Amino acid sequence: MLLDLSLSELAKGLREHRFSSVDLVNECYDQIEKLNGTLNALITIIPKEEALASAQKADKELTPDASPLFGLPYVLKDSYVTKGIKTTAASNVLKDFIPQFDATVYTKLQQSGAILIGKANMDAWGHGASAENSDFGPVKNPWDDTRVSGGSTGGCAVAIATRMCAFAIGEDTGGSIRNPSAWCGTTGLKVTYGRVSRFGCIAYASSFDTVGPMAKLAEDCAIVLQAIAGVDPFDASSSPQPVEIYNDQLKSRKKLRIGIAKETLQEGVDTEIVTAVELAKETFKSMGHEIIELSMPLLDFGVAVYYQIAPSETSSNLARYDGVRFGGGRDLFTDENKRRIMIGTYALSTGYADKFYHNAQKARTLFIKEYEKAFSKCDVLLLPVTPFHAPRLGELINEPLKNALADRFTTTQNPVGIPSLALPAGFSSEGLPIGVQLTGPMFSEHILFQLAQQFQEKTDYHQRKPKGIE
Amino acid sequence: METQNYNLICGIEIHVELRTASKMFCGCVNDPFGAQKPNIYTCPVCLGMPGALPVANKKAIEWTIRIGHALGCEINLFSKFDRKHYFYPDLPKGYQISQYDQPLCVNGLVKTEFGDVRITRIHLEEDTGKLVHQEVNGEKVSLVDFNRSSVPLVEIVTEPDIHSPQQAKAYAKKIHQIIRALHVSDADMEKGSMRLEANISMQGIGDREQGILPQYKVEVKNLNSFRFVEKAIQYEMKRQAELLEKNETPKQETRGWNEAKQHTFPQRSKESAEDYRYFPDPDLPPMRFTREYVEQLKKDLPELPEATIERWQKEFGIKENDAKILADDIEHKTVLDVLWSTAKDRHVDTAKLASLLVNKKIIVDFGISTYIEEALTAMEVLSSTMTIANDVLIAAINEVIAANPKAVVDYKARKTAVIGFFIGAVSKKLGKVDSNQVRNAVQEMLR
Repeated sequence: MLLDLSLSELAKGLREHRFSSVDLVNECYDQIEKLNGTLNALITIIPKEEALASAQKADKELTPDASPLFGLPYVLKDSYVTKGIKTTAASNVLKDFIPQFDATVYTKLQQSGAILIGKANMDAWGHGASAENSDFGPVKNPWDDTRVSGGSTGGCAVAIATRMCAFAIGEDTGGSIRNPSAWCGTTGLKVTYGRVSRFGCIAYASSFDTVGPMAKLAEDCAIVLQAIAGVDPFDASSSPQPVEIYNDQLKSRKKLRIGIAKETLQEGVDTEIVTAVELAKETFKSMGHEIIELSMPLLDFGVAVYYQIAPSETSSNLARYDGVRFGGGRDLFTDENKRRIMIGTYALSTGYADKFYHNAQKARTLFIKEYEKAFSKCDVLLLPVTPFHAPRLGELINEPLKNALADRFTTTQNPVGIPSLALPAGFSSEGLPIGVQLTGPMFSEHILFQLAQQFQEKTDYHQRKPKGIE
Repeated sequence: METQNYNLICGIEIHVELRTASKMFCGCVNDPFGAQKPNIYTCPVCLGMPGALPVANKKAIEWTIRIGHALGCEINLFSKFDRKHYFYPDLPKGYQISQYDQPLCVNGLVKTEFGDVRITRIHLEEDTGKLVHQEVNGEKVSLVDFNRSSVPLVEIVTEPDIHSPQQAKAYAKKIHQIIRALHVSDADMEKGSMRLEANISMQGIGDREQGILPQYKVEVKNLNSFRFVEKAIQYEMKRQAELLEKNETPKQETRGWNEAKQHTFPQRSKESAEDYRYFPDPDLPPMRFTREYVEQLKKDLPELPEATIERWQKEFGIKENDAKILADDIEHKTVLDVLWSTAKDRHVDTAKLASLLVNKKIIVDFGISTYIEEALTAMEVLSSTMTIANDVLIAAINEVIAANPKAVVDYKARKTAVIGFFIGAVSKKLGKVDSNQVRNAVQEMLR
């Protein structure tokens, strides 16, 4: 399949006329037609004729110095507003909502010449770790369709794993990119807070929300990040920090110190996942990187802190969905939405805010210090993405607490703002993908890419495909 | 009078809409009163559409700091925006971006002739949209106009230092004057770009000595003129004192002022405190200012009315009362400054010119262009009739006396009509003169 190729290989192939953008788009729609009915990855599919017309135009207009994304098909999580294209956040509240403006990330990708072919399914408003909590039906795992894809950005990970697109844009508030990447065997990056503009991203928890790339491999994510990163006058929280040239950094083979916190490999973590982390550790060691054992006891409080601040902010962010100016009424929120709105409202209320919201914000400062301490001893941390494999459909949605625990290793980075890259690092005995993540200090994406690229040069987990994807 | 047994305890909140070119958190035109149609100055940000993000207006922040400086406030070098949550159809996001515990300015002081008023805080927030209740196709409906949504709004809050209705009025007028002098707002009370609220309670004389504070507070809103503030407070003082005399505690509530009926009326009960669930707005990074930056804003302040009044008295000899009246409207200040200088150059008595302008109510009755014209005419009249310095006049009169001894005799024989002769003779020598001035001078000299 053409879409098995990396983004740089695809860009090269287009320039050498070995295949065309039309070929790529056709391949995507073949996969969509074949699999979307079962897996439910996409909520909105751009009409094929439109995508093909864009591809034909791209084939005609391709120049050697065009963006590497020029003419490549991609999908957006349905939390990004797209002018004139239905945007739902997977909620019935916005079932028929047509936005009046474009998210900055969409504008940037349009400018790079990439071709949008669909809007991906997710947990409604980002509330969930399984992509089951969608008013458009659950997203199913392509490795075993009795299991969940992970969430909230499940649709994007599935679309990449099944070659419905060349890459995707996810959104990570507490693991929403990394969790489905791990369970679907793809690579995904939670960027440093402020690295990519949030303008036009339907907010879940504004101080945690990050816009990031998802693809088959780290190098692809680097190419996509290059196109979408940077300060945006429409997002006051976007950072003026200059953007690295990621491609140059990818080639660096600097020896790094990789830290492993013992708490991330202790009880409650599936042994196969622990083994995958150990194996990854050995792989990095064999490349000459130094392994540093350390202890980060505070990380265990990640979920507790996350589930104070994120619901607090979401209770505020969802207040605008009153059905007065657009969209449906509040009765259309799901139970999980209502649960988070109520928890958040409670946590912010007079008499409780000190105990909950404000205490959680103090804990957030402690996390920042905990990570600072760790990064004084190592350059990057290696840890699991999830404590267990992709559960069966219904398991998480019926157990809100287990749903929350799925985020155990992905909820501490967002309060701190640091980047974290999830990449495939093994398979379970049942053939389910296992992911590990590399977490670095603020704006260290280039270092994460470097390490992941080296890992993916040595391993083939990222090249394996679910059955039936030929 | 029941009120004799009680002291007024009153604090005032003033809202001022800043007249920046664009709105507080988006690029929309900030002109809700000039808009030809509803909802034309709107965008995804001020309509609270999904995915839209606010970006703060730097000018509005600077102008708020200017107000802070003008009211003698400390400027916080660290400040932030918070979300204040409540549901109302004119509030598109379900929260108002405001400032909670770290406002831009704190601890100011405003002097009035009835006593000092401490300023607790000045903060910056966004205005809401506006509900319009009307009939459409025979059906009563409520419509929302978002032209005003997210217009920068400054709130100035005082300590409960106001002890009389007159002081409340004086304070409000002073704030109005200063805001106008700073050129940051039209502060038009009728249109609503300046809005007043008074928090009123009455404290028993005995309670004051024991430091016992009133157990209730009545908030009166919609006070859209200085007179209404005064009258509403007067009314409330009486109403509350009457209740207290009957051993009743006035209800904690929000009331409005009805000008037609000359009374306040209950609008909504405030017995249970509202919970706005404030928290820092994660979309807007906190603000940090350097001392230099804040000081520079202070240096750049225009002359404030108090300083103008003082300078006019000193430089041009204008009477304090006249200066106060004339400095009231800052739009006229520059014109008046030119007028005084010109008058001074032409040896026109600026004090008299000022009194004339005040007496003729030129400022009140005419627009600015006619105003200049009127003022110039007044000056012409003055310069032709009153410019004669006393020594010149006395010399002229002496000449007339010397040449006409008979007239002096007649005058002393109480033939007072002869004064007309003197006026005529002096006029012949000096041109057009003020007959009163000549009459007074002759009477003085021949006494």
